[in-house]
Amino acid sequence: MNLHADPAAFAEPDDGIAKGAVLLEIRNISLAFGGVKALTDISFNVRKGEIRAIIGPNGAGKTSMLNVVNGFYTPQKGSITFRGRERRAMKPHHAVGQGIARTFQNVALFKGMSTLDNIMAGRSVMMKRNILWQMIWHGPALKEEIAHREVVEEIIDFLEIQHIRHTPVGKLPYGLQKRVELGRALAMEPSLLLLDEPMAGMNLEEKEDMSRFILDVNQQRGTTIALIEHDMGVVMDLSDRVVVLDYGKIIADGAPDQVKNDQGVIDAYLGVPH
Amino acid sequence: MGGVSAWREAAKGGERLEQARVAPDTLAKYLLLNAERFRGRPAMRYKDYGIWQSWSWDEQFEEVRAFSIGLQTLGLKRGDRIAVIGANRPRLYWTFAAAQALGAVPVPVYADSVAEEMAYVLDHAEVKFAVVEDQEQVDKLISISEQVSHLETVIYDEPRGLRDYDHTNLHAYRDVQAAGLKRLEENGAAEAWRAEVEKGKGSDLGVMLYTSGTTGKPKGVMLSNDNLVRSAVNGNAFDRLTEKETVIAYLPLAWVGDHLFSYAQAYTAGFCVACPERAETVNEDRREIAPTYVFAPPRVFEGLLTAIMVRMEDASRFKKAMFDYFLAHARKVGEPILNGEKVGLWDRVKYGLGEFLVYGPLKNRLGMSRMRVGYTAGEAIGPELFSFYRSIGLNLKQLYGQTEATVYITAQPDGEIRPDTVGLPSPEVEIRIADNGEVLYRSPGVFIRYYKNEEATRETKTEDGWVHTGDAGFFDADGHLKIIDRAKDVGKLASGALFAPKYIENALKFFPDIQEAVAFGHGRDYCAAFVNIDLASVGNWAERNNLAYASYQELAGHPRIYEIISAHVAEANRRLAAEPLMAASQIRRFLVLHKELDPDDGELTRTQKVRRSFIAERYGELIEALYDGSTEKYVETQVTYEDGRKGILRATVRIVDAEVYPAETEEIQEAAE
Repeated sequence: MNLHADPAAFAEPDDGIAKGAVLLEIRNISLAFGGVKALTDISFNVRKGEIRAIIGPNGAGKTSMLNVVNGFYTPQKGSITFRGRERRAMKPHHAVGQGIARTFQNVALFKGMSTLDNIMAGRSVMMKRNILWQMIWHGPALKEEIAHREVVEEIIDFLEIQHIRHTPVGKLPYGLQKRVELGRALAMEPSLLLLDEPMAGMNLEEKEDMSRFILDVNQQRGTTIALIEHDMGVVMDLSDRVVVLDYGKIIADGAPDQVKNDQGVIDAYLGVPH
Repeated sequence: MGGVSAWREAAKGGERLEQARVAPDTLAKYLLLNAERFRGRPAMRYKDYGIWQSWSWDEQFEEVRAFSIGLQTLGLKRGDRIAVIGANRPRLYWTFAAAQALGAVPVPVYADSVAEEMAYVLDHAEVKFAVVEDQEQVDKLISISEQVSHLETVIYDEPRGLRDYDHTNLHAYRDVQAAGLKRLEENGAAEAWRAEVEKGKGSDLGVMLYTSGTTGKPKGVMLSNDNLVRSAVNGNAFDRLTEKETVIAYLPLAWVGDHLFSYAQAYTAGFCVACPERAETVNEDRREIAPTYVFAPPRVFEGLLTAIMVRMEDASRFKKAMFDYFLAHARKVGEPILNGEKVGLWDRVKYGLGEFLVYGPLKNRLGMSRMRVGYTAGEAIGPELFSFYRSIGLNLKQLYGQTEATVYITAQPDGEIRPDTVGLPSPEVEIRIADNGEVLYRSPGVFIRYYKNEEATRETKTEDGWVHTGDAGFFDADGHLKIIDRAKDVGKLASGALFAPKYIENALKFFPDIQEAVAFGHGRDYCAAFVNIDLASVGNWAERNNLAYASYQELAGHPRIYEIISAHVAEANRRLAAEPLMAASQIRRFLVLHKELDPDDGELTRTQKVRRSFIAERYGELIEALYDGSTEKYVETQVTYEDGRKGILRATVRIVDAEVYPAETEEIQEAAE
């Protein structure tokens, strides 16, 4: 029969960890900048296949936490275990090499490049041919480029950004830039995706779209997600488990409903004199 | 009338060809025929993952057959209704043929309808099956499942997000198709399916299309297979469309035009239909495909032109000068050349140079470099807009049609194009004008009846097959039909002078800055209007003039925007003053509306036509303000967001006087008589 087949569904990342088992374990992490204690004795874990939210008031240490996870900051104390491998501290290249990708609170894209090129850039860590080969751009390098392009096209289709494929990213509205950034992170086919305020500065409709994409990434691609978000409605709807930080300490950890009713959390958000 | 005899010849040729093959009387039979006669020729293209995927006629046949048999295994039977909801995608077009092959009746529904609108249509049509594009539509159907008791089975094309849904009555398109393929392996299954196709008759109900209706609930127009096939065959003959054409399918599936152009005509002529990647990429996709047969409502042509003009504003001075110079030359000689009139050699050479330097690249940008025949319909098109496209060598024509006629009532033959008429009666169409000026027609495309609506059928269709169009019009000296307005909308000012609101609205809408207008005046002392600004065009102007604005509402109310619109209204008045019948309807006062008219709020139909009576009721206070001399008015308006939630919009709207021009009253008297 001559029927065109649907393209294969996304393969779930194979990292040797069973669904529901611990993918990332943070143990007793402390981080200080001089006298300022950003994080104090933080321990929590992220299980494979879940959406894990990190919330807390401004300055609670959420972004610092992400920066520790992907190796941008080196903590003074504690250890990180990712995919069963314990490290004193992550290095950014370890993080990328082992399948951790992230997006940033302030969009960090190549503004002059097109959507397509930005997402392709996310594939560059996986390119096997060296820069000389890529400059010749024939034979194996071309073949590799085509294979990568295929993955990128799937992501473009997945995020519904076909219409801006060739548009320079700097010209796009903020909501779409955020989507492109998510695309670039997805291009690395991460087993853990870190999202730093994926919905900051978006209007309601854009938030709804982004929520749907996050859920789809999680459900369809089986990607484990850790996200920081301020919009409580979004966090409670999206995440499976929530960890709450305040002044660099964990004040609650559990299912959304449980956290929502926690007196410590309510105090932290409404403000109680310390 | 060379054009007319030409199509008659062509029609005869077409008939001979069809008779020689025992003309199929259903589109499903055409599918069988095309799989034989056109085999490897392209039938369908679809841009997916950034690449154009193609299906030949024999592949399309396999696709349709497998899905059709799959539907059969799920229990779809002759006469059952099957809703088709979504964007222009191959699988939804295949659903049409797959259903018709079994004698089931497709009911395409506007994909952007909100849930309640959809519930009405699905319930009224008693649909048993629905084939939908994606999760969004599935969610809508689930939310209205209690109101649509007949609906048993839902099939979706795009599986994303649907994995965890209850799949008792929900199926993936490709699973249904796979079931069909499996069944095909059994002995005799292919023959049994073919026999089912052969059982179909021309007189059977082929499709049910719900008219969006400017008033009241939508009506289900029942079109037979004969209606579809004969209209399509006549249309093909009229424009000499063959299997070599390419079209791009981007208009709503539920609209009769799309059903005919992208489906019925494609099957009868055997040409290729290209589906865009997404609604947002249509212009890009059109450029890549370069369709030979183009169909678009005026707003599409307008949008394309506006986009080009906005870009030209930013072009270098040399390019801009060249662009302006050659377009001015095209305005002078372009249309005469297209119409085959005599044009001097030097002008022709210059036009040729212009083609090389400006018109060619421009047409390429518009995706019209291969366009042989183009139609605009649905609304009146601005004469300048129309002439622009024709002057750069595009064979753009006008057509007048209705769902009830399976599109064609009149069309302009090649070489007999006028911006203000809609052309000659289409092949096999008879037209007469009633005493009250209403246009009536009779043709093989005339619908069977409205579904479950005897009263409306009786009002619209006479015993002997004449259909009331509801439009007022007349034939000009050359036999071309000219439409002035909806018959029921044509009113009189208090002075007794004729008041044709649409005519006035069109005079306003021809300015790119004005997106929509609503005119009032029946029974009043003078004519007044609401204006909607075009955000793309006005917003661009604001940007270039350093005018800061935060919202549509703020921009619409800005004094400098009012100045611009005032100038446009004055210009429209000047034109109206020049026409004896219309001079009395010059716009005395107007306001720029604080929100865009929107189908979600019921102000426009799904095909973007103004629902005047609804607007009159909703904005009654503003209309009064137009006539009581006030200069501003505070209003609160309820608005519906895309997800169905409601909110309140508050605004103080300014009302201003427009400049009017003297008219010769004598002439009005004469004309009114």
